[in-house]
Parts: sequence; C-alpha cells; structure tokens
Amino acid sequence: MISFDFMYFQPSSITETIDMYNGVHEQGEKAMYISGGTEFITFARTNKVYADVIIDSKGIPECNVLEMRNDDVVIGAAVSLNKITNSNLFPFLGATVKQIADHTSRNKITIGGNINSELIYKESVLPLLLVDARVKVVKGTDVRVVSLKSLFDRKMKLSPGELLLQIIIDSSYIELPYISLKRTKFSKVGYPVVSVAAILKENQLRVAFSGVCDYPFRSDEIEAILNDSTIPIVDRIDKVLGNLPSSIVDDLQGSREYRSFVLKNVLLDVMEEMEMGE
Amino acid sequence: MNWQNATSKAIIHLHVNGETQEVVVRNADTLLSTLREKLGLTGAKRSCENGDCGACTVLINGEPSHSCLSLAVEVVNLPITTIEGLLDSPVRTAFIDKWAIQCGFCTPGFIVNGHALLTNHPNAKEEIVEEWLQSNICRCTGYQEIKDAVNSLIVENDDSINKTHPRLSK
Ligand SMILES: Cc1cc2nc3c(=O)[nH]c(=O)nc-3n(C[C@H](O)[C@H](O)[C@H](O)COP(=O)(O)OP(=O)(O)OC[C@H]3O[C@@H](n4cnc5c(N)ncnc54)[C@H](O)[C@@H]3O)c2cc1C
Ligand code: FES
Ligand code: FES
Repeated sequence: MISFDFMYFQPSSITETIDMYNGVHEQGEKAMYISGGTEFITFARTNKVYADVIIDSKGIPECNVLEMRNDDVVIGAAVSLNKITNSNLFPFLGATVKQIADHTSRNKITIGGNINSELIYKESVLPLLLVDARVKVVKGTDVRVVSLKSLFDRKMKLSPGELLLQIIIDSSYIELPYISLKRTKFSKVGYPVVSVAAILKENQLRVAFSGVCDYPFRSDEIEAILNDSTIPIVDRIDKVLGNLPSSIVDDLQGSREYRSFVLKNVLLDVMEEMEMGE
Repeated sequence: MNWQNATSKAIIHLHVNGETQEVVVRNADTLLSTLREKLGLTGAKRSCENGDCGACTVLINGEPSHSCLSLAVEVVNLPITTIEGLLDSPVRTAFIDKWAIQCGFCTPGFIVNGHALLTNHPNAKEEIVEEWLQSNICRCTGYQEIKDAVNSLIVENDDSINKTHPRLSK
C-alpha cells in the first residue's frame, strides 16, 4: 500500500501538462511526472519517493508517437518497451529493451521512464548513446531538440519541470551491425550483472555499458582501446578493465571480482561477434 | 483541468470482465488492491507487489499487466479482465488436465498470462512461450507441468519444444 495521498491527473496536451507542473510548483507543492508509473508505484510503496501531485504523461499525443518521420525514427517517451520491440522500427533498440525486466512488465515500463529511472541500470540508454540519439524536451514554452549525450551524464540532467517528449534516431544507423549482450545472476529475468551494447560504424566499434559501474556509460577511451588492432584482443580487454570511468559495482547481484570476470567474457563475445580481430 | 479543486480520492468507473463498476478509490490505490478489496475479485494474488512474481497478473486492454504496478485511476476507460472473467478459457482446463497446479497461488497469474499468450500467438514457438512465461514465478516449481498445459493448446504443436525450465534456462 502507498502510505501517502496525492492528486492524479492525466493531461492531454503539453501545454496543460507544463501549466499544471508550474502551478503546483508555485504553490510550494511537489509535482512529479510519470510515464509507465511502475517505478513511482514501487518507490512510493517503500517511501523512497514522495509527491503531492502525479502528472501522468500517457495522455499526451506527442509522447505516444512511434513512427518513421522523414529520415528519423521518432519514439514518444510514454511508449512501452514491448511496443518498441514489436514495431521493429529500430531493431538494435528493440533487442536491447527486450532484455529489460520481463515480458509482462515491459507492457507497462516505458522508454521515458527507463531513461529517467533513479535506478543505476537504464539499459535502454546504451543503444541510444551509441547512435547519437537526440531528445525532444520541453520546459515552459521552450521546446528543444538536443543530443542525448549533452543531457546524459550518469543520469538524465533534466531541470525541474522539464519533460522528455521524444527520442529521435537517424535512420542511417538502422542497418549497422549491432550486438546487445546481458548477463544476469541466475535467470534470464533480472537486473544486469553486466549489460553491453555495441555497434560498428565505419569499422569503428562503439560500446556502452550498464551494471558495471553505478551508472550507464559510453567512453571514448574504452572505444579507442577496443579499436586498437595493433594489440591482441585479450590485452585490449585487460586494458579496458583498467580504464573504467569508476569502480566496478560490488553488491548482492555480483561481487566486484565476479562482475569483472563476466565483463571480460562478454567483451570477448562482443569482439568475436563483431569480428574485431587483430 | 483545475488541480486546485482536486482531491486525493476519486469516484471512477472500471470496466472489469465486461461489466462497468463504480468505485471510490484513493488515487494511491493500486489496481490490485482495488480489485481485491473494493470489488471482491480476489483471484489476482498479492505477493511481491514489485512486478517480480506475476501472481497479480490481469489483462489490461488485452495485454498481461501486473495489477500491483498500476494505479486504479490509471486504467479507467480500459477493458480489464481478471481470472474471474476467464472461466471458459481453455487454458484453465488445460491446467487441470496437465496437473499444472500444486498450492495454486501462482495459478491465476499463469492462466491469465497463458490466455493472452495463446490469444496473441496461437502458434507460439518455444522462444515466445519462454519469454511470456518467464514473467511468472511458481514457488512450488511446477514449471514443467505449466508449460505442458500451455503447449498442449498450441496449434501445430511441435514435440521439440517444451524441453527446458522456463525461468532457469539460459
Ligand atoms: C520487474 C522489474 C524489472 C526491472 N528490470 C530492469 C532491468 O532489467 N533493466 C533496467 O534497466 N531496468 C529495469 N527495471 C527498472 C525500470 O526500467 C525503471 O524503473 C523504469 O523507470 C520504469 O519505467 P516507467 O515508465 O514505469 O517509469 P515511471 O515510474 O513512469 O518513471 C520513472 C522515473 O522517470 C521519470 N519520468 C518518467 N517519464 C518522464 C518524462 N517523460 N520526462 C521526464 N521524466 C520522466 C519519473 O518522474 C520517475 O522519476 C525493472 C523494473 C521492474 C518493475
Ligand atoms: S504481486 Fe504483482 S508482480 Fe508480484
Ligand atoms: S502452484 Fe504453488 S506457487 Fe505455483
């Protein structure tokens, strides 16, 4: 049971949504956006989050778009992970989000919720960072389209009241070779011990990680090491372990040693699958 | 929409098992607690309340959904089907025929999910069956019988399927 009470609204336009957020904020109360609402419900039940007003973005048409528009794939923030996979609009993203949670949960979990999650995993961010995705966000009357990279540093850096509307991907990335590998503790369903997504663009491997450090990341240094064909693959992978952006997570899902062992093996699989030999 | 006049409670209409029910809820009430405590539909079970076990599965707009992960106010205007609305489902009979029940606590969730699976994929391949059934946990570990029950209804059943444990296979 959620112990606190809140007001709930499902506005049907961006303007209504933003006006409501600002109105609540001006009264000194806490408003919170939700998309799928699953993280809000589980966090609220355990008193990890509080809000006076919940603003559900599912009713905003722009947040439900899932289509090819000119040369872009456009995905609304309130689109469920299963819809993304089933649409097959962008198979790399579809394959990665298919590894998140379980099939039933993916009917409710949205891409906007996953990207903005307070948890450390946010696995849908991995392919998006690799394909230079852009995001459409709105705050007040200001709608802007910016690179995801410019807003994502360990987590989404939206300012208070800013709403993620859409994710936009250049369709030229659709045909590129990709791989998405996730390893969990003991079943297919679970948070990642290690999750790695990779894509090959102009013979250069791009790689992003979740579950390794306590935030998802893509790193220029690591990509330079993995693309250095003068060094044997096993040495490149050893070098990657020494160049992670922060320490490896050490928790009940997996000790630091276990995670680094799994990471090495996953990277070997990635290099082999993507034919990144010496 | 004037938020200042709103309250933390609402009178809502839920469309459950083909009937429209009026119910007073806190906005904070989950669909699971509303079904069980306000509408007397106790087939969906409360267990983890965290999206992990599938015991609370219902169909929302035909899709399996954890009723512990929806607020009741989120699903007004959407058709909801609970296990009580699936009395005629062949999946229910298959569970009896294949002895896919031990203590029975997980059974409503599995039947609701299995019903949606077979409605959407009458010819489901093993990969799809695995993917869907992984959403539910059976603490009595009767996975093989549960899978047998679902597979017995798959059109063009293929004997090569059904060899692995749905939650523990890699
Ligand atoms: C059973 C289960 C298993 C899971 N397994 C995994 C896993 O394997 N890997 C993984 O990465 N994650 C996993 N998760 C976590 C899940 O992906 C996140 O909790 C995600 O946030 C849920 O999405 P939602 O749409 O329900 O989020 P919501 O509850 O709607 O929102 C989550 C957060 O995002 C913010 N937000 C939502 N929409 C917007 C928007 N449009 N603009 C700005 N902010 C917004 C909310 O304010 C909130 O802070 C799992 C969750 C469950 C329930
Ligand atoms: S009670 Fe809902 S998934 Fe366990
Ligand atoms: S039959 Fe007992 S939990 Fe499944």
